[in-house]
Amino acid sequence: MTLREYVREIKRGKLSAAESLQSFQKKCDEYSHLNAFITLLNERAMQRAGWIDEEISRGADPGPLAGTIFAIKDNINIAGVRTSCASRILENFNSPFDATVIRKLTDAGAVFIGKTNMDEFAMGSSNENSYFGNVKNSVDESRVPGGSSGGSAVAVAAGMAQAALGSDTGGSIRQPAAFSGVVGLKPTYGRVSRFGLVAFASSLDQIGPLTGTVDDAALILGVISGHDERDSTSSREPVPDFHSFINRDIRGIRIGVNRAVLEKGIQPEIGDRLQKLTDYLQASGAEIVEISLEKTLEFGIAAYYIIATAEASSNLARFDGVRYGYRDDRQETLAGMYRSTRQNGFGEEVRRRIMLGTYVLSSGYYDAYYKKALQVRHLIKKEFDEAFGKVDTILTPTTPATAFAMGEKISDPLEMYLSDIFTVSANLAGICGINVPVGMDASGLPIGVQFMANAFEEGKLFRVADFVEKNFK
Amino acid sequence: MTISEDKYEAVIGLEVHAQLSTITKIFCGCSARFGAEPNSQTCPVCLGMPGVLPVLNEKAVEFAIKMGLATNCTISEHNVFARKNYFYPDLPKGYQISQFEHPICKNGRVEVETDGEKHTIRINRIHLEEDAGKSVHDEDFVDAGSSLVDLNRCGTPLIEIVTEPDLRTPQQAHAYLSLIRQLVRYLRICDGNMEQGSLRCDANVSVRRKGETELGTKTELKNMNSLRNVENALTYEIQRQVSLLESGRTVEQATLLWDPSSGTAQIMRVKEEAHDYRYFPDPDLVRLEIAEDYVRQLKKMLPELPAVRRQRFMDQYGLPEYDAEILTSSRELADYYEQTVKIINDAKLVSNWVLGDVLRVLNDKKIEIKEFPISEIRFAELLKLIREGKISSSAAKKVFDVLLTSDKSADVIVKEMGLIQVSDDSAIESMVKEVLAEYPDEVNAYKNGKTGLIGFFVGQVMRKSAGKANPKIVNSILLRLLSP
Repeated sequence: MTLREYVREIKRGKLSAAESLQSFQKKCDEYSHLNAFITLLNERAMQRAGWIDEEISRGADPGPLAGTIFAIKDNINIAGVRTSCASRILENFNSPFDATVIRKLTDAGAVFIGKTNMDEFAMGSSNENSYFGNVKNSVDESRVPGGSSGGSAVAVAAGMAQAALGSDTGGSIRQPAAFSGVVGLKPTYGRVSRFGLVAFASSLDQIGPLTGTVDDAALILGVISGHDERDSTSSREPVPDFHSFINRDIRGIRIGVNRAVLEKGIQPEIGDRLQKLTDYLQASGAEIVEISLEKTLEFGIAAYYIIATAEASSNLARFDGVRYGYRDDRQETLAGMYRSTRQNGFGEEVRRRIMLGTYVLSSGYYDAYYKKALQVRHLIKKEFDEAFGKVDTILTPTTPATAFAMGEKISDPLEMYLSDIFTVSANLAGICGINVPVGMDASGLPIGVQFMANAFEEGKLFRVADFVEKNFK
Repeated sequence: MTISEDKYEAVIGLEVHAQLSTITKIFCGCSARFGAEPNSQTCPVCLGMPGVLPVLNEKAVEFAIKMGLATNCTISEHNVFARKNYFYPDLPKGYQISQFEHPICKNGRVEVETDGEKHTIRINRIHLEEDAGKSVHDEDFVDAGSSLVDLNRCGTPLIEIVTEPDLRTPQQAHAYLSLIRQLVRYLRICDGNMEQGSLRCDANVSVRRKGETELGTKTELKNMNSLRNVENALTYEIQRQVSLLESGRTVEQATLLWDPSSGTAQIMRVKEEAHDYRYFPDPDLVRLEIAEDYVRQLKKMLPELPAVRRQRFMDQYGLPEYDAEILTSSRELADYYEQTVKIINDAKLVSNWVLGDVLRVLNDKKIEIKEFPISEIRFAELLKLIREGKISSSAAKKVFDVLLTSDKSADVIVKEMGLIQVSDDSAIESMVKEVLAEYPDEVNAYKNGKTGLIGFFVGQVMRKSAGKANPKIVNSILLRLLSP
């Protein structure tokens, strides 16, 4: 049942939000060992679901997401609820305000079942960097679920929630969606307000949905999009009716592919699947166009890790032990308190990235690293502009390989960073991308492909991804 | 000035921070009012809570542009806000949002005068930024060894006005700073209160032998919270640097804190401890584009600035430069003057009274002209009575004192106090005759050439009239009656 169908049943009184919530809560119990949640909002969620049911019984309309059960990544603020970012430094931090997306989902009738586990401050690709422990992939528990929105992906994949919100800075929605076999959308930069999302890299971060179907993602994006006066970077671009892109054919759609992708050391089964999909799309009336992604593939990761860490080093400066969060009180001096609080409050990967970011912004290195990275970012944007002059959407694998084993890459950060190679460029260019599951590898692990489209053309993504989801076998 | 100082000249540049008097803070909706209960004017945004974002207050932009226009700057079309990164407990985000490579105003200049000589001071830049909070250590309610933080001030909009190193003496620095204070007050963008810190000044100073073109090693002076402190601190520091050089030593680059109570400056940090602020464009704020049209509009809205107004006062009202200078020292005082002149059309009389009694009251009561209890209309009514000869100037001073505490008009006060000047010739003449009759010896002496006695006769008549006789008329009647 898609979310739209579910909401229709809720609104007709055929289904009860409270009962539905109970069944999801039961799943949360059953799969608690997957460690997908940091905080469960049991009572609060139940009150809310009961209220939705009452509203419906008295004939009111709680909105387009009435009674839907959402899991929220733990870097998105809900008023009165802990926002830990999976970090010790915010272990006991309760947010005093709602993120704009939370207000919008609430106004649309959603019920929040809990806050999901993640890589600390959204830094990671395996969900192994959480102060609250790993998340396990629900398809194969010895595997990572991807990251950083690993908990959100697993919550949806294992049926602990109908949908989830994640955040995507370099692939943090699309990559775990691919590893877990769900749909994951990174909207265009500026499409969704970032107000209330704890910033990792402000010029790259974007909130998006992880869902069971493409149509669900379209429904949710319609609710959470739009200009927000509290986020200067949110766009005033009109929000189309995304549902109109569902159940369409793909005749005449121009799809860009790049042969060099297959030479990037990707898992052969993923290459095969991608080839089959390309053939199928062509046979279904799409036009396949070879495009260049040379700069993207060559420099994307390097530019991304400079820009993202630079911004992170500044964004995470506020976690200093002074006003909220963890503080090491044993220190005699201010400098000692800062050092020890941040040393003990942040995990290793976060500290590594703060160090990297601090370094690339230092006087004497700024031009060689940060400024250069901005120039590369500009080139990547241009490369996409050129590509989108010729095609409607670009097809790539989402990840070079399917879900890897826990512990496999954690000691080799560079190897870990390379798993983002196909996803980071959408963030650098500010365009949109979606992961769609397209089958399994020989071990039964999900394979995902990514469609990317130009800024504010999520409609095109929904059109092809929905077509693939429904027709490609 | 000592001989050794005579061989040297100082090179001074000033950085002035002015708190903009917007109603709300620069990146959130909190009140920017001074003096509220600590931490009562804060919200998640200015507290730097996780997940918040800044949204620019356009009023602050308007104020900054006005200051740029008043100091002959170029206003930048493209503006970028940058993060200045450093850790301090009163800086909640761990960075200050400021401007770095692209300040809002550039390349301005102002003119100041010291000892009758005019100096052009170039303005390097004016940029917009947010203020930090305040750390409190030395108050009674703070435990020894600990600090408290008040974040009310955090996020208050500031402009930083940076000069080129064009100043040569502490006196010029004083003159420049008082001009800047006058300008921000004329523009009504900052209250200019140095004691409360809404106007703050740091100075970079170095010395070199006269005739040298290379700059010496500079030090930075901080914590000078009055015009006099700025002058004193610079004098001290120039002397210190000269003494070092004279004794064959060198000046070390450092930041010094001025201590007004001891009249000395203490080294706060040396060059090695200088921060690397790691400036980079703030990704949370979009580029600020300032349209030429908007700048033109603001230019039209600018008030008449002090230098122009002073010249006009001299031309239009025929005032001496000194009077014009004082009357235009503040926009409000100049307004008060002009409003009053508009009503009674006697520029010199109004000027005399404003420069005299009005300023005396302002100084005595330590109030501003806007708190002065006598409105322009009531003030003009008083002056009118003087001009029409209805009251004497000594009576006018009495009425003036009553006006300060009463709502009554000057007319009513004059009547109630019986101060109406007798200008009736016949009444005065009879009083004069009485006096002359009472002092026959003096009359004789006068007639024998002791004409200085005229003052005595006037005095006697005035006394007889209880001060109400119009002294001019008394004088002329006396002259007539005493003439041979």
